[in-house]
Amino acid sequence: MELKRVVVTGLGAITPIGNDVETTWLNAVAGKSGAAPITHFDASQFKTQFACEVKDFNPNDHFDRKKLRQLDLYAQYAMVAARQAVADSGIEEAANLDRNRVGVIVAAGIGGLHTFEEEAGYYALNGPQQGPKYNPFFIPKMIADIASGHISMEYNYHGPNFGVVSACASSNNAIIDAFNLIRLGKADVFVTGGAEAAIYPAGVGGFNSMHALSTRNDDPEHASRPFSASRDGFVMGEGSVVLILEELEHAKARGAKIYAEVAGGGMSADAYHLTATHPEGLGAILSMRNALEDAGMKPEDIDYINVHGTSTPVGDISEVKAIVEVFGEQAHKLNISSTKSMTGHLLGATGALEAMFSVLSVKNDIVPPTINHEEGDNDENIDYTLNFTFNKAENRPVRAALSNSFGFGGHNATVIVKKYEE
Amino acid sequence: MSEIASRVKAIIVDKLGVDENEVTETAEFTKDLGADSLDTVELIMEFEKEFGITIPDDQAEKISTVQNAIEYIAANTQK
Repeated sequence: MELKRVVVTGLGAITPIGNDVETTWLNAVAGKSGAAPITHFDASQFKTQFACEVKDFNPNDHFDRKKLRQLDLYAQYAMVAARQAVADSGIEEAANLDRNRVGVIVAAGIGGLHTFEEEAGYYALNGPQQGPKYNPFFIPKMIADIASGHISMEYNYHGPNFGVVSACASSNNAIIDAFNLIRLGKADVFVTGGAEAAIYPAGVGGFNSMHALSTRNDDPEHASRPFSASRDGFVMGEGSVVLILEELEHAKARGAKIYAEVAGGGMSADAYHLTATHPEGLGAILSMRNALEDAGMKPEDIDYINVHGTSTPVGDISEVKAIVEVFGEQAHKLNISSTKSMTGHLLGATGALEAMFSVLSVKNDIVPPTINHEEGDNDENIDYTLNFTFNKAENRPVRAALSNSFGFGGHNATVIVKKYEE
Repeated sequence: MSEIASRVKAIIVDKLGVDENEVTETAEFTKDLGADSLDTVELIMEFEKEFGITIPDDQAEKISTVQNAIEYIAANTQK
């Protein structure tokens, strides 16, 4: 059977560098950092006291009080990003939209961590006197699939609906699932992407215990410095990005604006370690090769790689090795950048954010930078003849972009987007 | 309005996001105030926390109006 083509027809974003798509993109191109001291809780006892939080987000602007009781912050972000994306796509204005063929797969790597923390904390504190007093919304607020459920209820979308969990690869897996289901003719439209809101004691403390986070507390904005020798861990981010994926003929029939085409998706497992990436990047190599094969593309067709590049000592090296292995000579012709240098690491939402940057890069022929690299701050294990797009965005033709996401558990997922041509 | 009644109504207004003047004593949580089964459980739990009481499930099932709640709480707190 012939696979259908899938295009991106809508975008929505609540991120540490902007509460809409345009602001987020312009700040990324301008090289603006979203890092600042943590405001969600008193982090003074934590090794890491800063993060890339979403700013100026007032839940009461978006939800009434009754609805808010059902929504963990991660699901609030997801719903607001979904509303932006749906509005941007114009699908609600489409005549005869078949709501049985609109699906939702909005992922989270963790989900309602803060809700879990509050409810478990209440029991720990009051359980001995009061017994269990768990709020009836505890479970449905906390579970990592519930954003997809809320979005379906808001719009009456009756197509396939679920969440995907693969830690920091979650939203790439979501996008790939949505892409494949449309390709196979199982739905016309998908609301897909990811959301996360884990900048709370359990999130920061948990990652701190793993020595995963940067502790550059005196200089948050310069802490996320992928591919620099002095990098010391990732910076946590939060937020949500939602993409509308649509079957090409469906999009054309309603005269939709098309940002880019989804070309392919690849997946693999390191099968190596709980949290560390394979030192030679074996899983990353397999994921990128699978994506290229799925897209029917060759390494020389890719002009931009939005790397996972979290700014951790080990992960950055193995990903670069993998890129050199897969792309050979083309690795030196394409641009590489880690937008996490600006946004921080949005965990389960990071793949969606970086897919959005890849889409906008392809559409606008601009590669956003990897900020915070200082001259001479070079790691001997990294090949600096590659173009990491350090510190300044680059204008160049971007025919296609590849975006990697890797998650604890050894999950790897790669998405390729390309310019839409008839 | 008794002190219990005003505290009960404040909880209902807060949790169900309804207007204060909708919370009449005869109002039913589900029929008149838009509560679903989860909302109703949450209301009962909030009453328990607010008044330091335990409402057994078989009693909770009988509390379906604002008046039911006020009466139950009054009877079980002032002894």
